[in-house]
Amino acid sequence: MAAPFDLKDDSVVVIIGSGAGGGTLGNELAQKGIDVVILEAGARHEYEDFTNNEWDSFGQLAWVDKRTTSGDWRVAKDFPNLPAWIVKSVGGSTTHWAGASLRFQDHEFKALTHYGKVKGTSLLDWPITLAELEPYYAKAEDKMGVTRTNGIAGLPGNNNFKVLKAGADKLGYKECHTGNMAINSAERDDRMSCQQTGFCFQGCKWGAKWSTLYTEIPKGEKTGKLEVRPNSMAQKIEHDKSGKVTGVLYTDKDGKQQLQKARIVAVAGNSIESPRLLLNSESSMFPNGLANSSGQVGRNYMRHTTGSVYGIFEKPVHMYRGTTMAGIIRDEARHDPSRGFVGGYEMETLSLGLPFMAAFLDPGGWGRSFTSALDQYVNMAGLWIVGEDMPQEDNRITLHKDEKDKYGLPIANVNFSDHENDIAMRDHAYEQGKALYEAVGATRVFPTPPYPSTHNLGTNRMSEKAKDGVVNKHGQSHDIKNLFVSDGSQFTTGGAENPTLTIVSLAIRQADYIAKEMAAKTI
Amino acid sequence: MVTIFNRKAAAPDTPEPIEKQVLSRRDLLKGGTISLGAILVISGSSIIHPEFAWGLETSNLKPETMATLIQLARDIYPHDHIPDRFYAIAVKPYDAKAGEDPKTKKMIEEGIADLDKRAGKGGYIGLGWEDDRLAILRKVEDTPFFQTVRGGLVTGLYNQEEIWPLFGYEGESYSKGGYIARGFSNIEWL
Repeated sequence: MAAPFDLKDDSVVVIIGSGAGGGTLGNELAQKGIDVVILEAGARHEYEDFTNNEWDSFGQLAWVDKRTTSGDWRVAKDFPNLPAWIVKSVGGSTTHWAGASLRFQDHEFKALTHYGKVKGTSLLDWPITLAELEPYYAKAEDKMGVTRTNGIAGLPGNNNFKVLKAGADKLGYKECHTGNMAINSAERDDRMSCQQTGFCFQGCKWGAKWSTLYTEIPKGEKTGKLEVRPNSMAQKIEHDKSGKVTGVLYTDKDGKQQLQKARIVAVAGNSIESPRLLLNSESSMFPNGLANSSGQVGRNYMRHTTGSVYGIFEKPVHMYRGTTMAGIIRDEARHDPSRGFVGGYEMETLSLGLPFMAAFLDPGGWGRSFTSALDQYVNMAGLWIVGEDMPQEDNRITLHKDEKDKYGLPIANVNFSDHENDIAMRDHAYEQGKALYEAVGATRVFPTPPYPSTHNLGTNRMSEKAKDGVVNKHGQSHDIKNLFVSDGSQFTTGGAENPTLTIVSLAIRQADYIAKEMAAKTI
Repeated sequence: MVTIFNRKAAAPDTPEPIEKQVLSRRDLLKGGTISLGAILVISGSSIIHPEFAWGLETSNLKPETMATLIQLARDIYPHDHIPDRFYAIAVKPYDAKAGEDPKTKKMIEEGIADLDKRAGKGGYIGLGWEDDRLAILRKVEDTPFFQTVRGGLVTGLYNQEEIWPLFGYEGESYSKGGYIARGFSNIEWL
């Protein structure tokens, strides 16, 4: 049973956000007997409520509260008020994610050491190592049921994968398979197996894909220690004279402002809202926002170097059938500066339905060059590039000077410009993607620009030293001991891998730390 | 009120000849009607497609404007296997919007008038070759008018479920049990 906690109960841990970080942390703490309130800005849609319709689903799940954009990225021109394609709903972006669950590589935790000082970047080593995180990766993989771990079979390859694999073989790539996916290849954890429905991004109606919505959250609620409050938008974190946080001011489902008292606050609202909340929580004691003595809150925004390649073939592919992202080539994920850039990238299968293909293939495009591509929709195969982008100080989330949300708080502006390393990597990946599809007989290939960001990272980054970042190696604020960050905003660098597995692993580790420190009464 | 009337329920990609119509082409060509090219006919406040038996009535925009909008929509996103009525459905909301918002009405009417002016005698719709119309569109593609119409079409046209089969996109699959037994890995030509 979900436990309703009193607003004045100052013994609870309040978590803001119920996605990969917040949902996991909430359950982990509840399992340890710690009382938790999760404030979730979005509504609760159970998986039977999801819809196999791209725009309808977008309307149901996406975070569409206004944001503004700046910088030279094309998203700022094509989607000026939609910098990110992420979710406002219980379960957060784990309802929408595609399930790819990859561990970071050893060197990616030490990006500065391995890449050196790259001009124009704010590269830094993580304060933790792969070895430290490995036990938690193992726990996360077991929790999420990641294929090709724990004896779990890989997913069967769909048509889009078969094209990718044929191309990979032709190019001599060695590591190509149907991925490490948090999607059941067989029944597991009371959830059924993947039915190859093809609407992974719209929320899995079978519950075959791991999402905190129907795993961590109900498990936590069952303990009686976890309460999730949907439609509860956090506005400000309050603190006392000593500088410790004391509660969260939020607007509840009826539009009333409430104050939930707290012993500890953990911020997990994704890398745009989390820094926005810290910045909006400014006070006379913390005039630059909470946890921001370093000035790093909101900075070093990363979004992965992405892009897609679609190829058109003479005969049908039907790429939209089956698991969207169950296909990967890992050979380019290595760090090999001889390619003209530092870091690496993954290539993963991707498909969009016709309505989203029309919106994202070449935003703003028109005429026969565009429509003749869509005419070949059935004969299309597609892959997504996801690579490590460079942290840059000025790629950042700031509060808008004039525009406010309906509660009167400044909205977020997302400023992003590619680093030359990002461009070199993307161009390399476009070439490889093109060569791959042409090797299998593609008659036409499209280097498709990045979509609004799905991997939003780095805006409250971890650092060894307080001056370099916002949180320590446990996601604990350098400035305020009982304030934590629990989402991808704590990433020091982005790695080449889809971030969810790392977010979940960090949340499990953070729960251990919080429980230990609570027991020791240090927080 | 704008109404799209489509008296035929046949599959959209296989239009059958219309045996009986409320208005025959001959009726339409009598008194007060203008034939626009060989396809669309304007009668009073209506645009009628006599071959394929659909029509669209305008309340706020001039019917000639709506007819030109339909051609413009096709020129922006030309799919030769997609019948006109889907383009008509895509631009139909501008008529209602024009009724609610004078600015929209002005933008659309002036945008179309500008196309006609640039096209010279016979207007935009009178230009027989797509290339001649595109030469005009390339000059106006950065205008709010063009960008509004283009942007609206992205969902207005491609999010019509009825056209998905014409592109081979199968849409919703959950109710059919996904593709696990329906060809998710049936590619044969590799």
